[in-house]
Amino acid sequence: MRSYAARRLVAAVGVTLGVTVATFLLLHVEPGDPARLVLGEHASPQAVAALRRSWGLDRSLPSQFWRFLSGLLRGHLGKSYVYGVSATSLIGQRIGVTLALVALATLFAVVIAVPLATLAAARKERPLDHLVRGLSVLGLGMPAFWFGIVLIEVFAVHLKLLPVGGWGSSPGQHLEGLVLPALTASFAIVPILVRSLRVGMAEVLDAEFIATVRSKGIGEVRVLLAHVARNALIPTLTLLGINVAFLVGSTVIVEQVFDLNGLGSLLLDAITNRDFPVVQAVTLVLAAIVVVLNLLTDLLAARLDPRIRLR
Amino acid sequence: MSGALLTAPQLELEGARMPSFWRRARRSPTLLAGCTITGLIVLAAILAPILSPDRPDQQDLFHILSGFTWQHPLGTDELGRDELSRLLYAARTDLKVGALAVVFPFCFGTLMGTVAGYYGGLVDSIVMRVVDVVIAFPFYVLVIGLVFVVGPGERGIYVAFAVADWVVYARTIRASTLIVREADYVAAARTGGIGDLRILARHVLPNTITQAIVYVMNDIVLVIVAVVTLGYLGLGVQPPTPDWGAMISDGQEFLTTRWTLSTIPGIAVVLTGLGLSLIGDGLADVLRPR
Repeated sequence: MRSYAARRLVAAVGVTLGVTVATFLLLHVEPGDPARLVLGEHASPQAVAALRRSWGLDRSLPSQFWRFLSGLLRGHLGKSYVYGVSATSLIGQRIGVTLALVALATLFAVVIAVPLATLAAARKERPLDHLVRGLSVLGLGMPAFWFGIVLIEVFAVHLKLLPVGGWGSSPGQHLEGLVLPALTASFAIVPILVRSLRVGMAEVLDAEFIATVRSKGIGEVRVLLAHVARNALIPTLTLLGINVAFLVGSTVIVEQVFDLNGLGSLLLDAITNRDFPVVQAVTLVLAAIVVVLNLLTDLLAARLDPRIRLR
Repeated sequence: MSGALLTAPQLELEGARMPSFWRRARRSPTLLAGCTITGLIVLAAILAPILSPDRPDQQDLFHILSGFTWQHPLGTDELGRDELSRLLYAARTDLKVGALAVVFPFCFGTLMGTVAGYYGGLVDSIVMRVVDVVIAFPFYVLVIGLVFVVGPGERGIYVAFAVADWVVYARTIRASTLIVREADYVAAARTGGIGDLRILARHVLPNTITQAIVYVMNDIVLVIVAVVTLGYLGLGVQPPTPDWGAMISDGQEFLTTRWTLSTIPGIAVVLTGLGLSLIGDGLADVLRPR
């Protein structure tokens, strides 16, 4: 286990470094000049040059990267061009909302996808299976934001059960405000989870040990819950690890639909304001969240299934 | 003499394979359903100038936010533009952008996956490390970031998908190339002194590419959904060119009074996705080796 964990950790550090370089290059090797963009068309060349100097944009690319990297190691993600405060503090104010959203969406995704996949596998090629498969095909082509709007329409506008959007001020309101967004975000990955899990579950159902369990006269429900679903735990974890990047990306859009002030809306605001350091910092933090979650799911899966460690 | 011996059975094989594909394709209800739905939507997009009651940007200021009428079968938006016309013209935009945006990722990803899987070693390590980094970015964050850098609109979309989307093809093709590489017929071809390029083109790619082709359908769905999402955020196809995403976004304001404005374009996206996914699933069934 320890050597597997060490290998995984080294790989994760490597990917994080790669992500850092990629994010930096993304925002520095582009044709537009941030100083010109912030000051506008009519600013004098002197003013633009002065601003470039104060942001360090007149230095060479490697020296800018070194400044960025050494800042990162000290916990500085850069300073917002627009608000004049550090990107770290902007992110600190908002990361909680995004993490809560990701956590609740993951929970919903598992709670919805695992039973559906189990049912479909248990009733393979029967009407229920076709229904689940049909719904998951439908879900694949459904834009998350549109699904969110439909949820708002039904649960907030017509039934008035949940708020239309926003974060509220008390923990109870926070949770209420997160239900529809998390449901929306989870639907970005539920169809993928159901489709993959269904195949895996069907294989487990055909396995010899299930035949043995059945031959002992154990009821079908218990077979499914105690023996089949249990074997789905590790594939579910692995699948979550693979799809968590997509889920985190979807929260950006979901936050916009439900007017939540998380990292996603910070990113979109920064893009509208051409606030380069904040775009860079948020992109990096979101990618880092994905790397960490990936690492955690991998380590947990390896802990539960010794065979993974030997690969 | 030996040449004749080798070519005769091969010709027979070629002849036997193609009809079996069509025979199996015709029997697949999934594929037929997918082709029907997709075909109808593509037809509607092509015939948009004939089917539309109005030009997509024609404003009828006397009938703003009208309900369903004979003049405007699906109503009008806040500028009095005919929804049905916008829906049909948006199909043209979104289908075109979706189909074009997957071309580069498909080709480049297939090439990278084949090269990495076949040659292995350092090439493989480099390609796979790049893939790891691209995959670590949340998909929408990377796409939004790239569109931000290149600039909103169609060009931004193409660049964004070129960078973000090839990795899935590279991974899939690499995995199957690793298996095919070890096959006896590849070893035989190599022993026979056939060059790498020819082995890759004649013996490896035909066996690995089917998975990529199946994935193209699901990928177009992903891309259309993403294009619509970018349109919703105002980063996609720019107005006044009609796009389903911008339509949904414009309609969200009027959810309480005219909920069809953002619901109907959404249904159009879902139906398009359904059609293409069914084609993908059907193709996977038909092409799967027995």
